[in-house]
Amino acid sequence: MAAIGAPTGAMDLRGDARRRRKETRIRRVFQGAAVFSVIVSVLIVASLLGRALFFLSKVDLSALWIPSRGWYPRRGVFDIPTIVMGTLVVSGIGMLVAAPLGLGAAIYLSEYAKPRVRRILKPILEILAGVPSVVLGFFAITWIIPNVVQTIWPEAGFFNMMGAGIAVGILITPLVASVAEDSLRSVPGALREASYGMGARKRTTTMKIVVPAAVSGIMASLILGLSRAIGETMIVAIAAGASGGSAFKINPLEPGQTMTAAMTALAIGSDQVRGQEGTFESLFFVGLVLFFITLVLNIVSERFVRRVRKKY
Amino acid sequence: MTAQETKPGIRLDTAEHAVERRPAGELVFDVQDLSVYYGEFRAVREISMSIAQNQITALIGPSGCGKTTMLRCFNRMNDLIETARVEGKILYHGVDLYEKSVDPVEVRRRIGMVFQKPNPFPKSIYDNVAFGPKIAGFKGNMDDLVEQSLQKAALWDEVKSRLKESATGLSGGQQQRLCIARCVAVEPDVILMDEPCSALDPIATGKVEDLMQDIKDEYTIVIVTHNMQQAARVSDMTAFFTAEVNEEQDRRTGVLVEYDKTERIFTNPTDERTENYVTGRFG
Repeated sequence: MAAIGAPTGAMDLRGDARRRRKETRIRRVFQGAAVFSVIVSVLIVASLLGRALFFLSKVDLSALWIPSRGWYPRRGVFDIPTIVMGTLVVSGIGMLVAAPLGLGAAIYLSEYAKPRVRRILKPILEILAGVPSVVLGFFAITWIIPNVVQTIWPEAGFFNMMGAGIAVGILITPLVASVAEDSLRSVPGALREASYGMGARKRTTTMKIVVPAAVSGIMASLILGLSRAIGETMIVAIAAGASGGSAFKINPLEPGQTMTAAMTALAIGSDQVRGQEGTFESLFFVGLVLFFITLVLNIVSERFVRRVRKKY
Repeated sequence: MTAQETKPGIRLDTAEHAVERRPAGELVFDVQDLSVYYGEFRAVREISMSIAQNQITALIGPSGCGKTTMLRCFNRMNDLIETARVEGKILYHGVDLYEKSVDPVEVRRRIGMVFQKPNPFPKSIYDNVAFGPKIAGFKGNMDDLVEQSLQKAALWDEVKSRLKESATGLSGGQQQRLCIARCVAVEPDVILMDEPCSALDPIATGKVEDLMQDIKDEYTIVIVTHNMQQAARVSDMTAFFTAEVNEEQDRRTGVLVEYDKTERIFTNPTDERTENYVTGRFG
């Protein structure tokens, strides 16, 4: 006898057509979800590109690169170096905070912390990573700037790039720590044993063997952190101080304008953005530049991560 | 205790009946009643044996008999496992390695180790060899030292033209000889080898075995091996370990069954368990 319910004729080997159709439908649903992200990326670039090109057609291209003119979109002064410099200052300060803190935490968690300590500290670090950046922005103006920045530099104003940069650094520290820790932990224990077996101490093993072996992952963590710092908007919009426009600033104790904050200032409140032709569209151009900067950084960091994977 | 087990010259697995069969020559290690615990679990118990200078001593036995645990006590590598704890003594030239004042880092500078899987650092061949001397504060001519060490490890001719290339590009056998070169570069007194050939093909294994014979005049070697032919080929003394079932914890504790000249272990062992193992009836 045939098995339960199984038909015996050769004709029936084709199986149930309805079930096969259902299988195909479900495959399509999942495929659609995956393709969606690609479509959105393309749409973003496309929507930025159209308006950005419109902006470029309306302004004098040579005027985009005259340093120290400042960024005053409503007056038609679009000086890209001003907002690029603002972004560099804020994210540079952020990296100065996040690189030592994040890498230090990663080395401690991976090499020094006892398993019990790691079980407690790692989730705390992850909670910090989940703090909304608007909260950190307020933390910057209510605590960091009055208690840290103005204590060290009394001449600093209430809004400044230093305070925003420190808050951005705090924001990206968990990201740097987490990616760097993963790469340190992926260094095989056999290498540590080999080093200890040679009579190396813990710090020699960590600094001369483990960290160099994980260097690609550590670089990736820093690049990811930098790309997050460059893209960070809320903290700089709240704490860096420039609303609408800004002069060309290098001194971090003064208020400044970053690329992201420049976009926010243009995007909130449509009555404010009616300036000359192209004022509103400048935000798309800045967005496009920002998009490509972070894209390049993410591709570079992806390369580094892949190099780590290949090695072991 | 059966009558057979109390004959002179036998290693017994309990301390009170232990009969020393000391190897000839000056002693490097004198292990006295050594037990190793991982947490509550006793991995090896009450081992007593001595290891002589410039000899090759093999530790053999079935899986889980504690021979690697024993080996890693000689340079305090077990310290790296948080739960590991040692009872008893290992005298190294008369000094107890587990005394409080002893720094494991100093121990490991004198007692080097070659591991089961070749584990070169992801650095150049040159830097692999130079790492140990550098951290030990070597002041002499590093190039000469690297060359000498690679020559001792019978690797110089194969790598002399590519010292700056990554060590991870070498074959498994070359990597293992590089690990031996790295180990001898710090001029240790003792080299511990934990199944150094288990990841190698027969030709590479032969090279490493030849190398062991070449360097035994300068070093004392203790080797753990699963391969009985290897123990018979290379060693002067052989210790046979086995695992006894520990009823309470349902785990196996390693004990030393018999320790003698290699020739005797393989041709005329005293203990029945040794005979069963070396003749392949068990294990």
